[in-house]
Amino acid sequence: MNDTTTQTPPARKPAGRRKFELDARLAAYKGVWVFIEHERGAAHSVSWELLGEGRKLADKLGVELGAVVPGAPGENTRKFCVEAFQYGADLCYLIEDPVLAEYRNQSYTKALTDLVNKHQPEILLLGATTLGRDLAGSVATTLQTGLTADCTELNIDMENRSLAATRPTFGGSLLCTIVTLNYRPQMATVRPRVMAMPARDETRTGRIVEHPLGLVETDIVTKVLEFIPDERRDTANLPFADIIVAGGRGMKRPENFQLIWDLAKVLGAEVGATRPVVQAGWVGADRQVGQSGKTVRPKLYIAVGISGAVQHRVGMEGSDVVIAINQDPGAPIFDFATYGIVGNAMQIVPALIEAFRQHLATAKLAS
Amino acid sequence: MTEKFDAIVVGAGPAGNAAAYTMAKAGLKVLQIERGEYPGSKNVQGAILYADALEKIIPDFRDDAPLERHLIEQRVWVLDDESYVGTTYRSNDFNKPPYNRYTIIRAQFDKWYSKKVQEAGALVICETTVTDLHMDGDRVVGVKTDRTGGSIYADVVILADGVNSLLARKAGFHEELKPKDVALAVKEIHFLPEQTIESRFNVADNAGVVIEMAGKITKGMIGTGFLYTNKESLTIGVGCLLSEFKKQGVAPYALLEQMKAHPAIKPLIEGGEMKEYTAHLIPEGGYHAMPPLCGEGWMIAGDAGMFVNSVHREGSNLAMTTGQLAAETVIELKNENKPFTAKHLARYREKLDASFVMKDLKKYKRLPAIFEKSHQFFTTYPELVNRAAHTMIAVDGVDKKSKERAIRRSFLSARSWKGLMGDAFKLWRAFE
Amino acid sequence: MHIVVCIKQVPDSAQIRVHPVTNTIMRQGVPAIVNPYDLVALEEALRLKDRYQARVTVLTMGPPQAETALRKALSFGADEAILLTDRAFAGADTLATSYALAAAIKQIQKDMPVDLVFAGKQTIDGDTAQVGPGIAVRLGLQMLTYVCKIEALDLDKREISVQRRAEGGVQVLKTRLPALITVLEGINEMRFATMPDMFRAARHPLKVWDKDAAGIEDTAKIGLKGSPTVVSKVFAPTPRTQKAEIVQTQSDQPSDLAATLLAKLFTKYPQLQAEIGRRAS
Repeated sequence: MNDTTTQTPPARKPAGRRKFELDARLAAYKGVWVFIEHERGAAHSVSWELLGEGRKLADKLGVELGAVVPGAPGENTRKFCVEAFQYGADLCYLIEDPVLAEYRNQSYTKALTDLVNKHQPEILLLGATTLGRDLAGSVATTLQTGLTADCTELNIDMENRSLAATRPTFGGSLLCTIVTLNYRPQMATVRPRVMAMPARDETRTGRIVEHPLGLVETDIVTKVLEFIPDERRDTANLPFADIIVAGGRGMKRPENFQLIWDLAKVLGAEVGATRPVVQAGWVGADRQVGQSGKTVRPKLYIAVGISGAVQHRVGMEGSDVVIAINQDPGAPIFDFATYGIVGNAMQIVPALIEAFRQHLATAKLAS
Repeated sequence: MTEKFDAIVVGAGPAGNAAAYTMAKAGLKVLQIERGEYPGSKNVQGAILYADALEKIIPDFRDDAPLERHLIEQRVWVLDDESYVGTTYRSNDFNKPPYNRYTIIRAQFDKWYSKKVQEAGALVICETTVTDLHMDGDRVVGVKTDRTGGSIYADVVILADGVNSLLARKAGFHEELKPKDVALAVKEIHFLPEQTIESRFNVADNAGVVIEMAGKITKGMIGTGFLYTNKESLTIGVGCLLSEFKKQGVAPYALLEQMKAHPAIKPLIEGGEMKEYTAHLIPEGGYHAMPPLCGEGWMIAGDAGMFVNSVHREGSNLAMTTGQLAAETVIELKNENKPFTAKHLARYREKLDASFVMKDLKKYKRLPAIFEKSHQFFTTYPELVNRAAHTMIAVDGVDKKSKERAIRRSFLSARSWKGLMGDAFKLWRAFE
Repeated sequence: MHIVVCIKQVPDSAQIRVHPVTNTIMRQGVPAIVNPYDLVALEEALRLKDRYQARVTVLTMGPPQAETALRKALSFGADEAILLTDRAFAGADTLATSYALAAAIKQIQKDMPVDLVFAGKQTIDGDTAQVGPGIAVRLGLQMLTYVCKIEALDLDKREISVQRRAEGGVQVLKTRLPALITVLEGINEMRFATMPDMFRAARHPLKVWDKDAAGIEDTAKIGLKGSPTVVSKVFAPTPRTQKAEIVQTQSDQPSDLAATLLAKLFTKYPQLQAEIGRRAS
């Protein structure tokens, strides 16, 4: 990200305006790649979301979509290749080595950078997860190329055949589009759930290209001593929830927040919250929805006492249906919600709980 | 901590900066302690810079101080609900350098001022709150702060910690602030392009306009409104006595919203993007609300000493001047090798009395008490004056003599002879 | 032991206030602060300083006003502070920034070898978390990110073991020094500077390095020139054209409003009815 504290965005000609001539050497870079992230036998769904997005980019450019799968030899790694094809990849670059059993920066960086140097893709996408962020920065620096993090939108500028990556800026109130002009591959990371999950085509296949790692265990300085799994607590599963009830500062007091939990219980929904509410300690940080919290894509999002400021909006505007309850008729949330009720949440929510309960009761009787 | 300073200045607002700068420039070892994250973070003002006061401290401030517009026009409006009667003074003399008054943006100005203070050699520590004074008997010998190892000693302490000077109250120097002695003011900054401001206010080349307002905009409460032109923004605000807000139960920002909707004011701020909103307390009690100003080892300057001339909206110049006078007192006593006893520090009081500061405050000392019992100046008179003007100016077939008679009658029926005479007398007493 | 902590001065987005009437966000005159994540890293480094008598040097790349960030770091107990400032650094993206910081650290190494480099998880203005890894690659340092606890440090064996936050759990990793560590937020509480610390911080002569003093070998790699990524445009998000349908009833009673809302909702979105029915308790 450009260092915007030293100056306002550079007063240069915007990249799109002039026809930029790419070095012949870099123009030879072709293909869109997606890093398939997996740990302990499970692939992170952001990898499939990125394949869906990557497919669109590859089609626009008329190039192939590749999936990069480093991992330990065995069933799982190959299984991920199969899934990758089903989610749209044309080929799978497979690096199998026991050294890749656990994620470590050194080995995974070598795997990716070796592959990139050999096959020269023009675009490389990774999920902006803990692992993805750890890996992307070192890969980009090793390849001496540009990396744009936490993108909300990816497009191709057909005039230059380049990637236009859009992300929030200036505290989230504005968006900016970033391009990597004279460097390849163009790298970008995207947070989980920002892109939609693509359709899975079980009939689709592709080809596997294998590649050795070229490292042995003694080459790698960092050792994994153990892995301590988290205890099963009341952890929220917001990113994958289909119904979410979220509360904001308009709830006024922590005791009132119980209404959010009550409504969520009736609907079988997950509970979410805005950043101020989390910072005030009313709920845990894992329930924060928004630019610096989780991105969610539920079928139904009920926003109670939430103004709808852009930092929250970017986290939930992918919801199918949004119901907003707010005392202020001018609240920004009413600009993009599906339905709105202007009123006191402390009165409306109990009425909603009752209405839903009755409705479900009658529906049950009917069925 | 064994380090000792010649002087400790509590607060890095205009008064504190004036004091710290003056003393540091004279070679004294000065420590300035500010509770905000940075100098100016806790300060709010209209804001108008009175060049005269600053010139006497930093003669060449115009070289690099961040200044908005130099003021060439002053409008004074008395508002009714839909109209106003006003006077304007505009002078080309004000448009010739060196300029007499400027609008400033405090966040930038205070940063510049503090840099000057540090360059002069004072040690400036921020994010530190002075929690108490160190006493040796009844002599102030230093301060205690909220940091461990936070006791620091000095020959004299200058309290410039603002209208909410808890320190002065804690040390028993003065009592709890009375709501009738302070005003609560709110202001907004609206951004407009430079050319828009210049054409709307009929100025050019960085000249600016000040509009001071009173009347129905404060909904019967004792208070005033203001609008200032900055380079690329307008500052608009209103303030009333805290006691009035409490009595009426009106919220200050609601008052400002109504004021912005006034037909004479709305077009002036049209199209502006509101980018900042702040509120602050302003000392209003004047001469009679002032605390003791000096004692054994201490002096008070700025808002902490209630040095505000509410009639003329002068506060920051009094702050700087009192800070400077306090500093000069310290410098003189140091040079004469005299101890900082109450007897010797009384020289500060003498300097204040000889300056415009005390002379102006004494002149208006009766005003707060008179206005407190005379709300008609903020309700009835604005109405009468506006309607009188309307009557005279509208051409409607009524002969002029009848119009005059109607105006006289309106004043008499509203206030009666006795009331009118009484009001005239009050005004005379208040302003004399 | 010598630890270098990289910090950044950023605009304080937390001080953004909301107007009581219009609910708009106000950002004028927002002051600059030390990136809060970097303070966590600094505190972690200072704890190691306390335990192992290490020396802590704080480094930042920024405009001259970034000096206040360094002085703040000094007030907490850092021993030395270096400001990298030069017009040529302006406009740097993360690749150019890591190049400049890595060069400066190489310079620092000449006076005293560096055992650990600490950085915050990410900045609140950039959010990319890329500079730390960038520095590690350029200096050939072992890299440990999202560290939530430093378990053990063996200076003789030159080994460090840490707990690192991963998906679904914590990895315990061991590696050799020199290493670069980025630190997770909330793992420690910042100490409170004492008055003597404040004095020292205010008086300490900072080292100010321009690009030559920082040992920059290739000026094409710093600042705007050295930044592969370029902002091609900045714009406001397009407002959704469809505003909310406000549910209103004659009575304005909450129960009526709720009933009307449900009726509209389930008529237009019958699948939601099924969805709720499936999972409700």
